[in-house]
Amino acid sequence: MKNYSVFDILGPIMIGPSSSHTAGAARIGKIARELADDSFYRVTFYLHGSFAKTYKGHGTDKALVAGILGMNPSDERIRDSLQIAKDKGIEIEFIEEDLGYVHPNTVKILFHYKNLEDYYVIGSSIGGGNVIITNINGTDIEFSGDYPTILIKYNDRKGVISRISSILSNHDINIATMKVTRENKIATMITELDSAIEDGIIDEIASLEEIIYITGINPIER
Amino acid sequence: MFNTGSELIKLCNEKNKKISEIVIEKELLNSGIKYDELMNRMKEILKTMENSSKYSLDKEVVSVSRLTGGNAIKVEEYKNTHKTICGDIINSAMAMALSTSEVNASMGKIVAAPTAGASGIVPAALFTVKNRLNLSDEDIISGLFTAAGIGEIVARNATVSGAEGGCQAECGVASAMAAAAVVELAGGSVESSLDAASFCIINVMGLVCDPVAGLVEYPCALRNASGVANALISADLALAGVKSLVPFDEVVEAMYKVGKLLPESLRETALGGIADTETGREAKKRI
Repeated sequence: MKNYSVFDILGPIMIGPSSSHTAGAARIGKIARELADDSFYRVTFYLHGSFAKTYKGHGTDKALVAGILGMNPSDERIRDSLQIAKDKGIEIEFIEEDLGYVHPNTVKILFHYKNLEDYYVIGSSIGGGNVIITNINGTDIEFSGDYPTILIKYNDRKGVISRISSILSNHDINIATMKVTRENKIATMITELDSAIEDGIIDEIASLEEIIYITGINPIER
Repeated sequence: MFNTGSELIKLCNEKNKKISEIVIEKELLNSGIKYDELMNRMKEILKTMENSSKYSLDKEVVSVSRLTGGNAIKVEEYKNTHKTICGDIINSAMAMALSTSEVNASMGKIVAAPTAGASGIVPAALFTVKNRLNLSDEDIISGLFTAAGIGEIVARNATVSGAEGGCQAECGVASAMAAAAVVELAGGSVESSLDAASFCIINVMGLVCDPVAGLVEYPCALRNASGVANALISADLALAGVKSLVPFDEVVEAMYKVGKLLPESLRETALGGIADTETGREAKKRI
């Protein structure tokens, strides 16, 4: 049996009306923003399942936009996020779409740039404000945003994993989980860590010659 | 330290302590956080509850869907200007419960207690006894620990999720949490606290979760209003000495079994009950 804390029963302090449709949506938006370059000028949200059917009534649209603007799920400005995006000159678009065999509360967030290629993140809100990110730019992945997380794409050669883990251990960082997949000799690694990511670490790993792409995010508040 | 109501009663009697004191001891032991930090976190909860309970009493707060709202201020003004049937206490409590529900539905800040859908009941009950018995913020904070302790027992042995157990598991349990706290704050025994909690759940045994259009609004807000009334009358019954024939743990077990017997259409899917009425279906189309 789970050991409950008083704050599991009285809490979280949250913006209503629904932890999965509002708080979870804001978290997916914020994780996507942390992953993407923040010079986007337009964002398209593809809403699937229950997100598509009830997004207006639950304020899922406002929560997602708040997230991509960098707000946390407990931010009282969430209800005004559409206006805030407009004031910042960011174009927002919502499209109801069948994203296939995914969780009913799923969204694909597509960032558009003037000088960079489009970037997208797919995530699902799985209840109680918990989320999972399942795809970035076509690469299937899975992480929750509960831990500091590093995502790396690299040319698969011997010893890369060990070099990455040495860098982490030199910074006194313990690896909580690590998952590596490979397609066409390009490996994708998702590493969840026990302590926060500092800027230097990402740069140090990025300097390894095999690295194609790297990004890191710290945990997103509930 | 305790998994059930009977274990909680035993612990309280052995140590000659209130439920709130035992819950605080348990929390300090399990979480490892310091006493001051624990109290500060609960103060933050109290502050948010206070804001949400009062926010809609003097202004019309309408939901994001525009389907519901503006009822907290109606009840508050009715109470202030009319000779009401139930008196100031019940009307004020209902107004506060509606206020939090309306804040939630309008994307304001609330505390899930135990869920967002039932978030109006515990604060409305506690602020009602605070006014009635001239209690301090510290008293109300201890009441919050009592309420949380009761909720933990239900979450451990049954469920507090509408999708799993229907509204009885959300609003019913919120009322039970509130009633136990009210009894303790009014000087009742540990046994009376649990009797009051039992009455609350018995009163709404089988209550289904049937939100119109799948939104946490209607009938949710109404059930927060009736839920706080349920908590207050159950507390009075227990304080008067009425005992529950069936003990709390068995009532919780019964509630859980009934929840499992409910078809999926009556567990938050918005496919049955009030959601599946002509008007309910029509409202869904409109938003």
